[in-house]
Amino acid sequence: MSSGEFASAGADLELVGIQKRFPGFTAIEHLDLKIPAGSFFALLGPSGCGKTTTLRLVAGLEEPTAGRILIGGTDVTNQKSFQRPVNTVFQSYALFPHMTVLENVAFGLRRRRIGDPVAKAHEALRLVELDHLASRRPQQLSGGQQQRVALARAIVNRPALLLLDEPLGALDLKLRRQMQLELKTIQEEVGLTFLHVTHDQEEAMTMADTVAVMNKGRIEQMGAPEELYELPRTAFVANFLGQSNLFTGPVVGSTSEAISVDVAGQKVVVPAARAHRHTGEVTIGVRPEKLTLHLTEPVDDVARNVMGPGHVVDVSFSGVSTQYIVEVPGIGNLIVFAQNMAFGPVAHEGSEVWMSWNIEHGFGLEDDASAEPRFEADDTTRSIATQKRSSLLTELEGA
Amino acid sequence: MKFSLGKWLLPLYTLLALIFLMVPIVYTFVFSFNDSQKSNITWRGFTFDKWLNVCQVQNGAVCEAFGNSILIGVVATVAATTLGTMIAIALVRYRFRFRSQTSLLLFLPMATPEVVLGAGLAAQFLSVGVPKDMVTIILAHTMFCISFVVVTVKARVAGLDPALEEAGRDLYGSATQVFARITFPLLLPGILAAALLSFALSFDDFIITNFNSGPVTTFPKYIYVSAARGIPAEANVIASAVFIFALVIVITAQVSRAARAKRLAKQG
Repeated sequence: MSSGEFASAGADLELVGIQKRFPGFTAIEHLDLKIPAGSFFALLGPSGCGKTTTLRLVAGLEEPTAGRILIGGTDVTNQKSFQRPVNTVFQSYALFPHMTVLENVAFGLRRRRIGDPVAKAHEALRLVELDHLASRRPQQLSGGQQQRVALARAIVNRPALLLLDEPLGALDLKLRRQMQLELKTIQEEVGLTFLHVTHDQEEAMTMADTVAVMNKGRIEQMGAPEELYELPRTAFVANFLGQSNLFTGPVVGSTSEAISVDVAGQKVVVPAARAHRHTGEVTIGVRPEKLTLHLTEPVDDVARNVMGPGHVVDVSFSGVSTQYIVEVPGIGNLIVFAQNMAFGPVAHEGSEVWMSWNIEHGFGLEDDASAEPRFEADDTTRSIATQKRSSLLTELEGA
Repeated sequence: MKFSLGKWLLPLYTLLALIFLMVPIVYTFVFSFNDSQKSNITWRGFTFDKWLNVCQVQNGAVCEAFGNSILIGVVATVAATTLGTMIAIALVRYRFRFRSQTSLLLFLPMATPEVVLGAGLAAQFLSVGVPKDMVTIILAHTMFCISFVVVTVKARVAGLDPALEEAGRDLYGSATQVFARITFPLLLPGILAAALLSFALSFDDFIITNFNSGPVTTFPKYIYVSAARGIPAEANVIASAVFIFALVIVITAQVSRAARAKRLAKQG
């Protein structure tokens, strides 16, 4: 980015065929991703899934082994970190301890020789409500305040793309909620493109317009939070984003409207449009809160699937809802979330129960619950040895 | 009343240890005011003469030796600190061939007895045909000071969060700017400590210097040589002055640090 001017608006980010290998392991196998300008995009996944590596590649802190990175249509793959119109809010905040809060915020502006850096830094600090602490050192601030300074230091540069690396991870729950709200407000106010990396599914769902679930260096599924939750495509997404009851069995009948699956002798119907596979062995599922618990066998209803009888093996009361674990012979344990519309739990441990759910709420997965990993896990003897060796070396040098 | 051994033993021990440590310094300081004649062993009366005319005795030999030591110390410190800092950053931050061997090599001058190091260097200079003078002393001092600088600065570099430099790059700082504005200021306390250590080691060194100095006289060498026929009171003057100077630096640093902590506490 040329000095002395701001990005006029958020830009879209495009990753084309990105691959990243480190000595001994593959962090990203093959990644194609397009994030439209002005959106709040969350990259969600467990630790080690490659999400932070993706972010570092975009920031220019790592170089991809293969593939291209485009920001606003410009290929930045070969640009250095400081040349990219991107700013990062680091997980550890990475505030400069030898500078005041104000100088921290003004750092990027000064490097790019933008006019009146002090006034602009004050303005950014006002946005995060910390202007009264401008002359302090970062270590004199609380965790939440440091986080807001880190945010101000990034957004003051009006980057085309703002990268957030689990910045809320270190905060307590209440502060985290506040910051989530604040981030969302700022994003709407300044209209930047946000790329947020997190392992917190709730955070991703509440904040992002689009969530991409990443696993083992690949994107498993991408879409609006509701879409991902209501219609997960893979077993990983179904279990990582909330909880799911998954069943596997052969398809025994199919019409243009629906497929019916034989699950250990019980017939379960899933709408054809919500199932990815229509023949052979399939894995289907339903979310725990969609299940209704019955103490007597429910009457047949073509619009509902019924499963049971089973026995309640665990009841845990959590205020607004109660979670039941029901063991159904031949199928296994099912989770049921029941809203506490009346006082106390309705079923007790050992009760015989049936469960039913609206056919429309079921989904059929693309893979099996017990599917093999997407790409070969790098757990060959050689790569483990390489990793062990490099970690030992680091340890030795540290001593 | 019961006599408590523990209550008296520690203060007594501390007092004795302090006296033991302070006696030579106090002796040196007091005898810098001695109106000495040929030798400075017996007290002959109080005078400021030695302090006022420190460079007059023996055609200024004391001052010349002192000047040489300062010059050698400064040049060796600057060279060793610069090179040592660069080496320390390289050793912590980069992976390269012969990295661990380099670390070992840097450790050797600290582990080798000074006599061996001094004699070895002298033999080396002789066989290469370099005449012994100021330059050989500076080379020798720089060499052993580098080891101490590397050890000191390395700890500081290892404690530096790499994310800070990444943040600097992310905030549009070029490599030079990131080094000048982030890496260097954050390493500075370590670098300064290393420089002070280097200077003290160089200024103080006698054994290695004696092997490699040729005709050049440094302050420790001057004292050693003149000890045979009586050290002039001027040497006491310089030694006392150096001690007082060091004391002032330490006190200033402590006071300013305390003031800073107080200021920060007030803000917070």
